[in-house]
Amino acid sequence: MKARVFVTLKTGVLDPQGKAIQHALAGLGFDGVNDVRAGKLIELDLADGTSEADIEAMCKKLLANTVIENFRIEAVG
Amino acid sequence: MKSAVIVFPGSNCDRDLAVAFEAVSGSKPEMVWHRETELPEGLDLIGVPGGFSYGDYLRSGAMAARSPVMQAVAQAAAQGRFVLGICNGFQVLTETGLLPGALMRNAGTHFVCRDVALTVGSSQSAFTSRYEAGERITVPVAHHDGNYFADAATLDRLEGEGRVAFRYAEQVNGSARDIAGILNDAGNVLGMMPHPERVIEKAHGRTDGRRLFEGLVEEMMARA
Repeated sequence: MKARVFVTLKTGVLDPQGKAIQHALAGLGFDGVNDVRAGKLIELDLADGTSEADIEAMCKKLLANTVIENFRIEAVG
Repeated sequence: MKSAVIVFPGSNCDRDLAVAFEAVSGSKPEMVWHRETELPEGLDLIGVPGGFSYGDYLRSGAMAARSPVMQAVAQAAAQGRFVLGICNGFQVLTETGLLPGALMRNAGTHFVCRDVALTVGSSQSAFTSRYEAGERITVPVAHHDGNYFADAATLDRLEGEGRVAFRYAEQVNGSARDIAGILNDAGNVLGMMPHPERVIEKAHGRTDGRRLFEGLVEEMMARA
C-alpha cells in the first residue's frame, strides 16, 4: 500500500520560498498570482496493513514539524 | 571540566567547537559519534555543533534530532548538564524539543554569512554571566535557516522569563523579536545561531565569543 503525506506551512507562518516563487512568476509575466505557498510531498511505500494511526505517528515524530507545519495523509490505491 | 562534542554526518564546526572548549577549559572534549546511545560518564558540558547534519534533509536538524545520541543528550539536559547548540546545533535542539520554537528559512531566502551585531538579552545564565545585559557584541553567523519562529505566547514567555540570551541588533534573517539565541526554562540549555566559537582568540579578529565559554567554565568549576 502507498500513502502520500502533504506537509505545508501553517497559515500565518511566513514562507520566503513561496514569496520568491511568486516574484519569479511575476517576473515571467504571470500577473495575478496573489500568493504562493510551497510545501512538501512525501510518498510512502508501506507494508500492507499499516494503520492510519501509524502514518500519523510518522508525521508527528519526523515528517512534519508541528510547530510550523500541518500535514495531510492521503491513501493511494 | 569534562565535555563532549556530538558529531553527526555533515557536522563541520565540531572541531572548531572542540578547540574552543579546550582553549578555555584546558581539557580536551570527547568527540561522540551520533550513533552512540550513551554519553561518556560525568560530563559537565555537551556541545551540539554547527554544520549541515544529514545534508539538511527534510528540515535542518530534523534527522540529527532523531539520532540515538540525542536521546542521551536529552537525558543529560534533564539532569542539569549544560548543553550548548550552535547554528545547526540550535536547529537540532529545537527539533529535539529541548528548546521551543523552530528555525525557518531566512526571510530574505539568502544564506547569510557575515559578522553581525548582537545584544546580550540576559546575563542571568552560566552562558551569559560574563556579559552585561544590553551589551553589544559582534559574532559571525553562517546560516540559511536561522529565522526563529514561535507562537506569540511562547515568545512572551521567553521574554518574560529572561530566556532570550541574544538578540540581533540589526536585520539578519527575519527572526521573531530579533531572537538569536534562547535558553531552556532551567537555564542549562542554550541554542544560538551565531558562532561564538569563531571569535575566541585575537587571531580570529575579535574575542567576543570567548566570555561565553569562560562563564560556563567558571560555573562548572564553582559546582565541582
